[in-house]
Amino acid sequence: MLKSFRLGGVHPHDYKISKDAAIRTLEVPQTVTILLGQHIGAPATATVQKGDKVLVGDVIGTATGFVSANIHSSVSGTVTAVESVLDGANMRKPAVTIAVEGDEWNPAIDRTDTLVRECTLEPKAIIEKIAAAGIVGLGGATFPTQVKLSIPPGKKAEMLIINGVECEPYLTADYRLMMEHADEVLVGCEILMRAIGVEQCYIGIENNKPDAIRHLNDALQKGKYHTGIHVVPLKMRYPQGGEKQLIAAIAKREVPSGKLPIDVGAVVQNVGTTYAVYQAVQKNRPIVDRIVTVTGKQLATPSNLLVRIGTPISTLIEACGGLPEDTGKVINGGPMMGRAMANIDAPVTKGTSGVLMMSRKESLRKPEMPCIQCAKCVDACPMGLEPFLISKLSRLQLFDRLETERITDCIECGCCAFTCPSSLPLLDYIRIGKAETMKIIRARQTK
Amino acid sequence: MSNRIVAPSPHLHGEFSTPKIMRDVVIALIPAFAFSVFIYGWSAICLTATAIAACMLFEWLIDRLLLRRPSTLGDWSAVITGTLLAFNLPANISPWLVIIGALVAIGIGKMSFGGLGKNLFNPALVGRVFLLISFPAQMTTFPDTAGVDAITGATPLAYVKAALATGTPVAEIMPNIDLAGMFIGFKDGSIGEIGALALLIGGIYLLVRKVITWRIPVFMLGSMFLFAAILWLADPVTYINPLFHVLAGGALLGAFFMATDYVTSPMSKGGQVIYAIGIGVISILIRVWGAYPEGVSFAILIMNATVPLINKYMKPSRFGARTAQTK
Repeated sequence: MLKSFRLGGVHPHDYKISKDAAIRTLEVPQTVTILLGQHIGAPATATVQKGDKVLVGDVIGTATGFVSANIHSSVSGTVTAVESVLDGANMRKPAVTIAVEGDEWNPAIDRTDTLVRECTLEPKAIIEKIAAAGIVGLGGATFPTQVKLSIPPGKKAEMLIINGVECEPYLTADYRLMMEHADEVLVGCEILMRAIGVEQCYIGIENNKPDAIRHLNDALQKGKYHTGIHVVPLKMRYPQGGEKQLIAAIAKREVPSGKLPIDVGAVVQNVGTTYAVYQAVQKNRPIVDRIVTVTGKQLATPSNLLVRIGTPISTLIEACGGLPEDTGKVINGGPMMGRAMANIDAPVTKGTSGVLMMSRKESLRKPEMPCIQCAKCVDACPMGLEPFLISKLSRLQLFDRLETERITDCIECGCCAFTCPSSLPLLDYIRIGKAETMKIIRARQTK
Repeated sequence: MSNRIVAPSPHLHGEFSTPKIMRDVVIALIPAFAFSVFIYGWSAICLTATAIAACMLFEWLIDRLLLRRPSTLGDWSAVITGTLLAFNLPANISPWLVIIGALVAIGIGKMSFGGLGKNLFNPALVGRVFLLISFPAQMTTFPDTAGVDAITGATPLAYVKAALATGTPVAEIMPNIDLAGMFIGFKDGSIGEIGALALLIGGIYLLVRKVITWRIPVFMLGSMFLFAAILWLADPVTYINPLFHVLAGGALLGAFFMATDYVTSPMSKGGQVIYAIGIGVISILIRVWGAYPEGVSFAILIMNATVPLINKYMKPSRFGARTAQTK
C-alpha cells in the first residue's frame, strides 16, 4: 500500500503535457522588472537608485525584518527606475527596473556545472548563506527559507521532508528538476539536514512520476549519499503537496490546529528550494532565475523554461508559441491554487511555478445550483472541515461561529469547490470569511 | 486581451453535477421498474407515469405561479420524487390518490421548505405516509402477484404480523414463506419494493457511480438484520428469521434510495452511521411491536427529523485529531 494522507482529497486529471519537455533556457530579455516583495512578509528595501550599474547576482534589496528576503539583480545593466509597477493582479507594487547590458555576473558566483559535494559549514553559517541568497519556498508559497530553518528554542527537528509531489495538475517544473538535476537536489538535502541537525530525510514523490522516483533512487545509490535519505513513493491524490498533508502522508503525524510543522518535529522544503539551497551554499549563487512550466491544452509548445526573475510573463508565452486565440484565463501557478492574471506583462517572481492558459470554455464557471447537502465537500476536505457550513456562515457573516468551526484551518486547496456537483463557489466565500475571522482574532490579541 | 476572465481558484471542476447525479438515480431505479412492469404490466407503467407527471406539474405550477421563479424541473429531482412515490404505492390504486400523493409530496414535502436542498423530510415518503394514514384501505390492498398464490392479498409482512398476533408459532408460518422467491420479487407489495434483486442491482449501480456511499445502506440493513437476529435467537417461536425482515417490505428500497437521499441525511460519516442505525432499529421496533406491519417509511421520516441535530453534534474527524502517531 502506497502512503497518503488520512482525510479528504480529490483526484483531478493531471494533464502533465509538458512532462517530456527538457528545461530550456530563455534568453535574457531587454529589460527586467524585479518586484521587491516576492515573498510572504515585508517587501525588501531597495538598495539601488536610478542610474546605478549592477551585475547578475548583486543585491538590489535587503530584507526588512525577520520574515522577509533579500532581492538580487537577475541581469547586468543600469537601473532605470525604482518605483511601483503593476503586478499580475493589476495592483501597484514597489519594483526595480533594469535595462539589460550584456550578461556579466558577480565574480563571487561559481557558474560551472561541477558538482560540489563537500559542505563543512556550521549550521548557523549555512542558514546565513541561505538568507543572503534570498531563498524562499519555490513551490509557490514563497515563505522565507531561513525562517523555516531557524528552529525555535525548545523545539527539535526530527526529520527533513522534501516536497517533490507537484500535485497541481499541469505543472512539471519540479519533475524536470528532479530528472535533470538529481545530484544537486540530493546535495541540497544533505546541506539542509546539516542545517537543522537531523539524520532522516524523506523525499515524497507521487506515483504518477515513476521515472522521477527511479531516477532519484539510482542517483542516491550511485552517489553514495547520506544513508538517512529515502525516496517515498506516494499515492496520487490532491493536495498531497500541501505541507500538512505531506507530513501526514510520510510521517503519519498531523500538525494540530494552529501549530507549525516543527511542533511535530518536521521541516518541509520543496525540491526547487532544495536545489536553490545547493546553488546558494556551494556556488554562492543567489536566486536570479527559476524554472517555470508554461502550458495549456491549446498552447503550441508546452515547455519548461529557465527564466530570469523579472522577465515579463508575456515573453514566456511568446517563447512557447504565443497566446492561443481562444484563451480565456492566464493563470499564474497551477489550476487548483494559482491566480488568474489580469496583467500578463507582469514579471516572473520567485513564486512563479507555472503559467497556464485555459480556453474560454474551460475558464467559465458552471451555473450555481442549490446545495443538495450531498456532503461531497465534507468528504473532500483534507482538513476535516465542513465547507458547505463555513461557506454559508461566511455568506451570512456569522464570524464568531466561523471561528469555532475552525475556518482558520482552511488551506484554500479548492477541493470543496472542485467536487461540488452544484458548482457552488464554496471557497470564494470561505476566503472572505477566513480573512474576516483572522482580523477579529488579531484585534483580540492586540487588545 | 480585454475580455480575459479573472476569477479566484480553483480553476478546475470535477465531474459531478447535480442533474447528472439525479439522472443516475433515475437510471438506478430502472431495473426495479422493469420488474414491476413484468409483474403488474400496464398498471405499473400507468401508475409511475401518473406520479412523475403529477410531481413535475405541481413543481412547475408552484415555481411559476406561487414562487414566481424559473422552473426547477431541469434538476430532475421531481422525476425522482415521482418515481419513488409510485414505487411506494400498490399497483391497483386509484389515479386520483396518486395525484393527491404527488401534491402532498411536492407541495408540502418539498416546495413549502423552499425546494430542492431545503426540505427536512424525504418528499416521496411524506406523500406516501399521508396517503397511508388518510386512505388506509386503498393503501393496503394489493393485487395478487401473478403466478404465486402462497400468500394472497396481503404483503408477507402483513401476513406474518397477523399470524403472529393470533399466536401461530413461527414454525407454522415459515413453510408459507418462500425467501428465495422474495429475493427475486414474487411477493405482494408496493410496485417498486417487491423486486429485491432488481433494487440491489440499482443500488450497486449507485455505489459504482459514487452517487451514494456504502455507509447508510450497510448500517441500516445491518442493524435491521442484527436487531431481528437477536430477537430470533432469543425466542425463535415468536420472532421470525432476520433474513425475512431484510427482504420484506421497503427495506431495500429504503436503504438504497430513500435513506440515502442527500438532502435529508447527515453530512458527516459518523452522523450517517447513527442515522442509518436509527432507521434500522426503529423499522424493526415498528414491525415487531407497532400497529403497522411495515415501519421503514416511518423510521426514515423519524430519523429525517433528527438530521439537523445530528449535523450539529456529529462533526467530521478534524485534521490534527490524531497527532504524533509515529509509525
